[in-house]
Amino acid sequence: MVQILDPTDERVPVKRELTPRPEHITGTVGFLDISKPRGNVLLDRLEELFNERLPGVEVRRYAKPTFTKPAPEDLRKKIAEECGFVIEALAD
Amino acid sequence: MAIETSLRPFSLRDAAGAQYHFPTTRLALLCFVHEECQTCALSMPLIEETHRAFGSAVDVWAIGQDTPGNATLIERHGLTLPMLDDDALAVSFAYDLDTVPAIFLADAEGRALQSFIGFGKGDWQRVHAELASLSGLAAPEVDWDAYPESRPGCGSRSVEPGIAERLIAESEGSPLRARRVDIGEHDDIHEFMFDQGLTDGLPVVPPTPERVLRMLSGTKRDAQEEVAVVPPNMAPATVEKIAINAVMAGCKPEYLPVVLTAVEAMCTDEFNIHGVSATTMGATPMMLINGPIRDKIGLNYKLGALGPGHRANSAIGRAVRLVLRNVGGGKPGGTERSTLSNPAKLALCFAEWEERAPWEPYHVEHGFQPEDSVVTLFAATGGPTMIVDQTSRDARQIGGSIGMAMEAVAHPKAHGASDTFLVLCPEHLDTLQTNGWTKDELRARIQEASSRPLRELLQDEHSGAGVPRDRFGADGPTEEQLDRLIPKFADPSSIHIVVAGSDAGKFSSIFQGWATGPRGSQIVSRKIEEA
Repeated sequence: MVQILDPTDERVPVKRELTPRPEHITGTVGFLDISKPRGNVLLDRLEELFNERLPGVEVRRYAKPTFTKPAPEDLRKKIAEECGFVIEALAD
Repeated sequence: MAIETSLRPFSLRDAAGAQYHFPTTRLALLCFVHEECQTCALSMPLIEETHRAFGSAVDVWAIGQDTPGNATLIERHGLTLPMLDDDALAVSFAYDLDTVPAIFLADAEGRALQSFIGFGKGDWQRVHAELASLSGLAAPEVDWDAYPESRPGCGSRSVEPGIAERLIAESEGSPLRARRVDIGEHDDIHEFMFDQGLTDGLPVVPPTPERVLRMLSGTKRDAQEEVAVVPPNMAPATVEKIAINAVMAGCKPEYLPVVLTAVEAMCTDEFNIHGVSATTMGATPMMLINGPIRDKIGLNYKLGALGPGHRANSAIGRAVRLVLRNVGGGKPGGTERSTLSNPAKLALCFAEWEERAPWEPYHVEHGFQPEDSVVTLFAATGGPTMIVDQTSRDARQIGGSIGMAMEAVAHPKAHGASDTFLVLCPEHLDTLQTNGWTKDELRARIQEASSRPLRELLQDEHSGAGVPRDRFGADGPTEEQLDRLIPKFADPSSIHIVVAGSDAGKFSSIFQGWATGPRGSQIVSRKIEEA
């Protein structure tokens, strides 16, 4: 029998349940632009539609400093504190 | 040999299966021997005579290092003393033996009274004298004149290559902490490793504990030292984990310091391997090695510098990629999202032929000393892309050709492009040197030859790529703006120049970058401290 050493990090990822999906959108929705070209075009249009169809919902805009890196911890925390929902926009 | 106050307790069996325990509650003389050793052969009759003289009060044991050899010794020397079997070498290892014969005289509690290695007439006489004194028995009558004054011993089997690593791996003091995975007798080890998702699709060298220990001998760093935290899973990479992947990639121990430094460089915030891996553009770390370590470990920078066939280049490049995959969890289809990807993601590591050019080599250009060994990581999305020019005869011509070819990086209309590495072949270098050009003169010529008026770079009916007209307002650019010449690179410092390749052939190559700079990936150079 051959024995080898495990080349991986040996960690078992924590499993998290998805937050239950509510029936209706209420409160504040965060729009996160990941800073790819034309992400703002997509979000601008989406904001128009939100204002039209969900006038009682507040939209707040956020942006990652660069699309090439994960969102900074502070930004993630700010969005989680201020919003009940978040829409993340990729584009090109 | 270090003499411990108390010798390690052990249990061993003889060939008949009888078990012997040390300490024995009596005086004991432990004689480690190996059949193939001439000095052991010289000593055996003396060991047997010692047993016959003192055996009633002293446990005189031979401890043989291989089972068939032990039987040969018994037969050849007509031994009547116990011959204990240490074929597994666990006791020889625990006693830290380098040499056989190794003789230990111990009291009833197992404390060392005397010890020596090899053969020494005086050593044996002192042992006999002490045994006689302690036991009250008469020492044997030995024809001492028949013996030489001294003979050096032979290497203990426990320090033979291959065996030593196994013994360290199995011992309590092993530096290895990684989970051990047993592969069933009926499993094919290679298929098993593919099935577990541990490979890049090519076979790997199975990282057995012995091989990983040998790999660890390539560094003085502690096996459990954390070298880096590897994205995307932000997993800690210890020296041991990197060594395991280096074994799999086919590295030799002397490559390990390069791999460790490259992993450190890769996992910096500046290099941003998370983004480099995730991008659909198919970026991968291009590793450039400078300094004396190139020749020390056999990195190729001449014929076929960018290709396969040279172990150090291929294995170091591959080891870094395997760390990213196995420790960091960066796998195609997971966070690695390349549209087409790139065979360079298997391994891309080469060295600069520093001595070929009259220029400062890359690492010196970036603030290191010539005698430093340095690894540089560059996020490459493409290349090597060849530049063919067999007919230019002076520096301006060849510089112009290179500039025109480099305009194609990413897209000919993509000016203000990412950083690019030009790997200049020696014949093109020689053409540049007919006019004694510096690197900066070449950079300036590349910028000149690749400059285009804005009007040719606008998005138009021929190609939707390029500069959008609305960037210049509702009326578009003015005539003056349309005539303005725009070079390929925003700054000449975005053109990185190294020399490599064989003396024959007018074929240079380029590696194009991915979002070079703080918003993407910065070039990171690190000194290999252990080089």
